[in-house]
Amino acid sequence: MPTTITMPQLGETVTEGTVERWLKKAGEPVEKYEAFLEVSTDKVNSEVPSPITGTIRELLVQEGTTVAVGTPIAVIDDVGAASKAAPATKPPETKEDRDTAPPKSRDAMAESANQEPVPGFNIPQLEVKSAAASSGAPAMVPPRSNGQREEAALRGVSPAVRRLAREHHIDVRNVRGSGANGRVTADDVLAAAKLVPSGAVSAPPAETPRTPAKPGPGNTSTYADPIPGTTIHLSSMRRIIAERMVESRRTAPHAWSMVEVDVTNVWEWRKREKDRFERDTGVKLTLLPFFIRAVVESLAVFPLMNAKFVSEGPSIYVEKDVNIGIAIGLPANLVVPVIKHADKLSIKGIALAAGDLIERARKNKLSTDDLKEGTFTVNNTGANGSVASAPIINAGQAGIVTMETVVKRPMVQDDDSIAIRYMMNSCLSLDHRVVDGYVASGFLADLKKRLESMGPRGAL
Amino acid sequence: MAVATSSSKVLNNVEAVRDTLYEALKNDDRVVILGEDVGARGNVFLITKDFAKEFGTERIIDTPIAEASIVGIAVGMAMEGLRPIAEIQFADFIYPSFNQIVGEAAKTRYRSNGEYTCPMVIRTPYGGGVRGALSHSVSVEALFYHVPGLKIVVPSFPADVKGLLNAAIDDPDPVLFLEHKKTYRLIKGEVPDGHYVIPIGKADVKKEGSQLTVVSYGLYVHWALEAANQLESEGMSVEVIDLRSVRPMDRTLILQSVRKTRKLLVIHEDNKFGGIGAEISAMVAEEALFDLDAPIRRLAAPDVPAMGYAMPLEEAYMSSPAKMADAMRDMVKF
Repeated sequence: MPTTITMPQLGETVTEGTVERWLKKAGEPVEKYEAFLEVSTDKVNSEVPSPITGTIRELLVQEGTTVAVGTPIAVIDDVGAASKAAPATKPPETKEDRDTAPPKSRDAMAESANQEPVPGFNIPQLEVKSAAASSGAPAMVPPRSNGQREEAALRGVSPAVRRLAREHHIDVRNVRGSGANGRVTADDVLAAAKLVPSGAVSAPPAETPRTPAKPGPGNTSTYADPIPGTTIHLSSMRRIIAERMVESRRTAPHAWSMVEVDVTNVWEWRKREKDRFERDTGVKLTLLPFFIRAVVESLAVFPLMNAKFVSEGPSIYVEKDVNIGIAIGLPANLVVPVIKHADKLSIKGIALAAGDLIERARKNKLSTDDLKEGTFTVNNTGANGSVASAPIINAGQAGIVTMETVVKRPMVQDDDSIAIRYMMNSCLSLDHRVVDGYVASGFLADLKKRLESMGPRGAL
Repeated sequence: MAVATSSSKVLNNVEAVRDTLYEALKNDDRVVILGEDVGARGNVFLITKDFAKEFGTERIIDTPIAEASIVGIAVGMAMEGLRPIAEIQFADFIYPSFNQIVGEAAKTRYRSNGEYTCPMVIRTPYGGGVRGALSHSVSVEALFYHVPGLKIVVPSFPADVKGLLNAAIDDPDPVLFLEHKKTYRLIKGEVPDGHYVIPIGKADVKKEGSQLTVVSYGLYVHWALEAANQLESEGMSVEVIDLRSVRPMDRTLILQSVRKTRKLLVIHEDNKFGGIGAEISAMVAEEALFDLDAPIRRLAAPDVPAMGYAMPLEEAYMSSPAKMADAMRDMVKF
């Protein structure tokens, strides 16, 4: 039975999505829950799993095309369809057949399961009558061929192979195994992945080479796996990041300032709490939540930093909510999910919210709603070892502040003694249309004061 | 064999123990050694020979054959500010002191809310392969590694013996220091001069490889290296990790290696059931399941109470470079 797949809704308020990349071609098999399509919206890339096991009959939408949620994009034949449509060649079932027939196959069970509606997918209730059914011939025993051979191929597939195959969009059944009894090993999958740089699953390779083939000129690589001498096709997310950065630089006159902060207290506080915190919550306690807490407190004192420039008018709109975007770097792109109402959260609350966003970002599980309504951005550049940076403002906000690497330095104290202190730079890029040095410096000075007076005896 | 440089010398494992103890006695008056035959006889392996003459019988103390009292007295000494090194002549006889180690030493810091610590070392030769039979071949690490508060160190190379024994003596908490007796004179290696410390809890990659991670400790590290070299000549690449400390355990290094090679073989001399291999396997299964490309395997002693004296029985109980190479080959080709 053919099942029509429609453009899924990737976020509550999302109305359309772009077919970024087909991971399967027409005629190729697809497992239930196996990703067969990558869809992108302006901020999120997401893999779409197949609701059924079957064969791709038709891809209705070209890569790069944006369509409304609910638009049919592909048709998948479930695995039972082929056997139903095939001519009846088997004589009527005898008692012996029944006795020796294999138990109901997984395919058959999958077929019955597929009758149930899957949320997010349209399954037309049209029954395609098979030749066998219309001729009144008895239903065939599901063929042993495809499904069961594939089943055998998948047996003995280790967790590492499953993971690598998923990551590289490789169909394990198409890979010749070099392990014991022809088992497909992790190295086999990696070698196959090198052969298929686009990620599309091709015809089964005759022999999986032990050494990956070198790509020729004109080939493409991916952002996650850049190969010298090749071109990287921009994902729509990458393209939008590029466009937004240029737009922000062009429209908002960036000014930049930096303060040096003694974060010894914060450092000690976090050190004291981190083990217990991780044990209690399962989330690692980093310095970031402390920094965000201080930022939201400073934003309360300097609300102009939590504002945006509105071209119409023109005017400045002072935001009501304090929603902090946190920049998270991923191998292929950058996402800035938002901690909503960060001013109403404790340090613990911020840590949990940030931990959740970071984990989902890494798993490609963010929705567009997670990325909306940011009013100010905190960039934890220090995590990468940076000591100073000039970030570009997230367009529509008045500023972005960075927290640089914490380093131990000998510092001259007020009483002229020298002490080893944990020092950090914090840098601010500001939209000069919204604020000037007076407000920006005030904000940075306030932030510094707050960070330096934090803890270490406070409550999280 | 390692070649000595101007700042190091070649020692075997037993010489490394002796040199380290000697330096510790010279450098720190708080260090005392107590045990059966450590004084007049200088220990059954002559590790402390002539120590009593130089440091006196108040620091090199011959005790009765009473292991509970050796460790018990050491606990008292440690809590009163000394740095006792208690010797159990053979690990097979450690059981009478079990309560002093587990019930007293390991709990001291916890039950005194950090007010007292128990900075003592319990040194003992362990392990088989020396025709030691029933009472001179045992591995005891699994009996103790379940105990929080107790560190267990099992070095296999002379340089590690020195660095880890120094760390054990410096450690504010009790350390069970296991010395594989077959390695005592068999294994030689370069040992740097001067005082140095190898942190307890840090494993060491003794051989890098890409297709299989082997984790082992004690004598078996040497055999595993022999097997890994054999496999290398067959075109296979095996990484050998010397655990060095079974508790604390260097989980990070093990996981790092397994994530690289995707396969794990744990080899130890102790019984398989409930051994260190079980803990490592469970940890890797919990932390790195989706990096594994083969079932984790343990090569360990069968579930029998002791090593036999007869050569075939001893060989059946123990592993060997050949058995290890077979297991490694199977896993690489899996």
